[in-house]
Amino acid sequence: MAASGAVALLALAACSGGVLDPQGPVSAANSQILLNAVEIMLVIVVPTIIAAFAFAWWFRASNTRAQYRPGFVYSGEIELLVWSIPLLVILFLSGVIWIGSHQLDPFEPLDSKAKPTEVQVVALDWKWLFIYPNEGVASVNELVVPAGVPVHFSITSASVMNMFFVPQLGSMIAAMNGMVTQLSLKADNPGEFHGLSTQYSGDGFAGMQFTLRAVPQDAFAQWLTQVRSTGPALDRAGYTTLARQSQNVTPFTYRTVDAGLFDAVARQEIPPAPGPEQGRGGPAIHPKPGG
Amino acid sequence: MLGKLSWDAIPWDQPIPLIAGAVVLAIVLAVLAWVVIKGHVPYLWHEWITSVDHKRIGVMYMLLGLVMLVRGFIDALMMRSQQAVAFHAAGYLPPEHFDQVFSAHGTIMIFFAAMPLVIGLMNFVVPLQLGVRDVAFPTLNSTSFWLTATGALLVNISLVIGEFARTGWLAYPPLSETTYLPGVGVDYYLWSLLISGVGTLMTGINFVTTILKIRAPGMSYLRMPVFCWTALASNLLIVAAFPILTATLVMLTLDRYLGFHFFTNEAGGNIMMFINLIWAWGHPEVYILVLPAFGVFSEVISTFSGKPLFGYRSMVAATLFICIVSYMVWLHHFFTMGAGGSVNAVFGISTSIIAVGTGVKIYNWMFTMYGGQIRYTTPMIWSVGFIFTFIIGGMTGVMLAVPPADFQLHNSLFLVAHFHNVIIGGVVFAVMAGLTYWFPKAFGFRLHEGWGQATFWLNFVGFYVTFMPLYIVGLLGMTRRLQHYDVAIWRPWVLAAGVGVVILCFGAVAQVAQLVVSIRRRHELRDETGDPWNGRSLEWSTASPPPAFNFAVLPNVSGEEPYWQIKRRAIQTQQLAAEPDYRPIEMPRNSPTGFISAFFATITGFALIWHIWWMVGVGIAAAYAVFVWFAWRDVEEYVIPAEEVARADRERRRARDAWLEANVRTSAPA
Repeated sequence: MAASGAVALLALAACSGGVLDPQGPVSAANSQILLNAVEIMLVIVVPTIIAAFAFAWWFRASNTRAQYRPGFVYSGEIELLVWSIPLLVILFLSGVIWIGSHQLDPFEPLDSKAKPTEVQVVALDWKWLFIYPNEGVASVNELVVPAGVPVHFSITSASVMNMFFVPQLGSMIAAMNGMVTQLSLKADNPGEFHGLSTQYSGDGFAGMQFTLRAVPQDAFAQWLTQVRSTGPALDRAGYTTLARQSQNVTPFTYRTVDAGLFDAVARQEIPPAPGPEQGRGGPAIHPKPGG
Repeated sequence: MLGKLSWDAIPWDQPIPLIAGAVVLAIVLAVLAWVVIKGHVPYLWHEWITSVDHKRIGVMYMLLGLVMLVRGFIDALMMRSQQAVAFHAAGYLPPEHFDQVFSAHGTIMIFFAAMPLVIGLMNFVVPLQLGVRDVAFPTLNSTSFWLTATGALLVNISLVIGEFARTGWLAYPPLSETTYLPGVGVDYYLWSLLISGVGTLMTGINFVTTILKIRAPGMSYLRMPVFCWTALASNLLIVAAFPILTATLVMLTLDRYLGFHFFTNEAGGNIMMFINLIWAWGHPEVYILVLPAFGVFSEVISTFSGKPLFGYRSMVAATLFICIVSYMVWLHHFFTMGAGGSVNAVFGISTSIIAVGTGVKIYNWMFTMYGGQIRYTTPMIWSVGFIFTFIIGGMTGVMLAVPPADFQLHNSLFLVAHFHNVIIGGVVFAVMAGLTYWFPKAFGFRLHEGWGQATFWLNFVGFYVTFMPLYIVGLLGMTRRLQHYDVAIWRPWVLAAGVGVVILCFGAVAQVAQLVVSIRRRHELRDETGDPWNGRSLEWSTASPPPAFNFAVLPNVSGEEPYWQIKRRAIQTQQLAAEPDYRPIEMPRNSPTGFISAFFATITGFALIWHIWWMVGVGIAAAYAVFVWFAWRDVEEYVIPAEEVARADRERRRARDAWLEANVRTSAPA
């Protein structure tokens, strides 16, 4: 029953859109290891649940056919089995964990002939800034990448901790001020994928959702051309304004970005972004986000 | 004069906390008025508030835990209903309120519901099972309780005066630093946990000392009931882990109050240090809660299967195994923070290894049922429900322990479903089982069976309807703590979870109904024998409710299951053991120390939160004065004369003799 429940659950979740509907090599490997772990455990969990119910049902006091054995309180064989079988299963699973943790280390680059697209990610209160250092443009709450090519993300935060995650492409990783984490993802095919922060970061947290659009190479080039022709330029002053708290920000783009802006944030050459500026009874009692 | 405190602190513009606060205040005032008018104040003061009796303190812990369970559940109702309506919409709770709700939910449920419920059970049961008169330090025990109550009170004051933390229940920096949350919310969080944490640490010291040093004659370690073993393991974890929590929160407090830089972004602060430290406490905390729960199930399953616990020594070994390994797994709470493959793998493996210990326990419970004659009373039904639910929770836990899988499930509602699966399915089910199991011992009458079973089924079904959809929506990529969302595929599952929480609501009503019905019909549910379930350990050998001194004569223990042996002997010889030689008993005097020092701790905590420095000075000085006054007291104990001991025990013996007459002597000799 639990097994069928678990299978049904996974089947439902695989239908669309989730982590069990992978659209890239990383998420495919993530969900494969997830399913492997479930299968390994079901081998032991299913018989256990069946036996638990069978014992509980058969040995009910009203069942006159069940034999009452009050002296059955120890059995060396059973103890050996109940310690060794879970231990063996876990040992096997440990192998899966060890290999998987190394193969899927988010900092590791992906195996690919194509040169990865570089994207620098800054988690702001409460929006995502995506900088394309090689292309010299940037966007907010919208991420456009070429499909079929690895994307290498360098991730930091302007203020508090956040976590960068695109469920259908795989592994999430933390964004922290003064530090840079790395992540490589790839979308196999063009498509639109939902992305979000998975580390609660304050009042505007729910609005830190974005769409990752994976597009064919030529469409990516077109998008770059279009971005370069419109929108404001992102210099340090512009960044300082952007870094102030704001919620549910509509996506927009920057036609140019100051070189080295990301490094300046990550190395704290630009100080961490400010917090709330107003509030009921003043910010010291019940602060409210500014902007 | 009043620091930051002003009329602006009260949320005049927010009807929800204002009305909720007014209702709670009205209820509290009404109860107080009733107590005063009916003249119950002296009774409450002498018999409960100043009581150092471990049984009374245990009952007060349970009461606090149940009230806070309801408070935390109301927060859960608000979260589920907000997410049910906040699809492409703002819902009815703005972010600054919603964020307080989920932070308060987690804080209250762990610190002020689960902890008091578990500590309450340990308080009531452990000395009785060990066959002794009280814990090692009775007045300290009372102080522990009242400091815990102080923490709970401060959290609830924040509902109407100021605000609560908007950080989540672990207050990760730098969000919890003054730069990002300058308000009083995080300060409420810090001081309530710092004050109640002292109480919890003292409980740990008290119980470790009690179990190691004070047991009935003949009760060697390997004759202790498994519940005492799990209580020992749990309290060892408290002693080792709670200082970490306190130290971590003190560092955050120094950051916030004195401009230190332990966890700030600037000046060399390191947030990852906080996250490591808080989980070095946080993971053992899970086992502080769940180990005693395992103990409850061991007692219940053994009693109602009519068999000793299968593989007793194996159970003890598994308990200690979990106790030790639980200290080596904390990093699995942040696999996604960027540690390397080897570090993640080591912690993933150590986490999975805990499943071996819990697996062994599950099998031993199953083989306890095997060959038994299982009586399906309410505690036993909770236990079977637990076995099934906990296996599923354990499995999803191991899934999350695989780092590459966690990279996709961390902080998702899958994780939320997992830990509710083990905390509700493990701890709450155990508390419900333990409550029904030991209630007749505490009050002398059983809880109503029909309402108990209704409570189980409503909560069991409600749990699955609530949390199975959350597993699925977590797999669909939904993260926790979202005030609103726009993803259409999440919606049906969020709504389904909303239905589940309504069923849980009926479960809560049924639980209250069970208590009310049972109290009204207490005369027909009365248990005269002190042993309503045909129990096996020493708590059932004394009267229900037990006298203040627990046992007229400390029992002599000559094996596991001492009371079962006594009963067997009585059945074989068809008579009770010879009347013992009653002697006067020295018992600790009641003391208002705990209540008064907690009263001043409340004032100090409140003053610290609002920066009212003169009041801080007054509170600390007064609390210290109480301590000195207690240390200088002359008379620590009073003596219960032998005649009174004899009178109480003869009454119990008459009831046992009547039981023998009715059940043994009339039937054929065994």
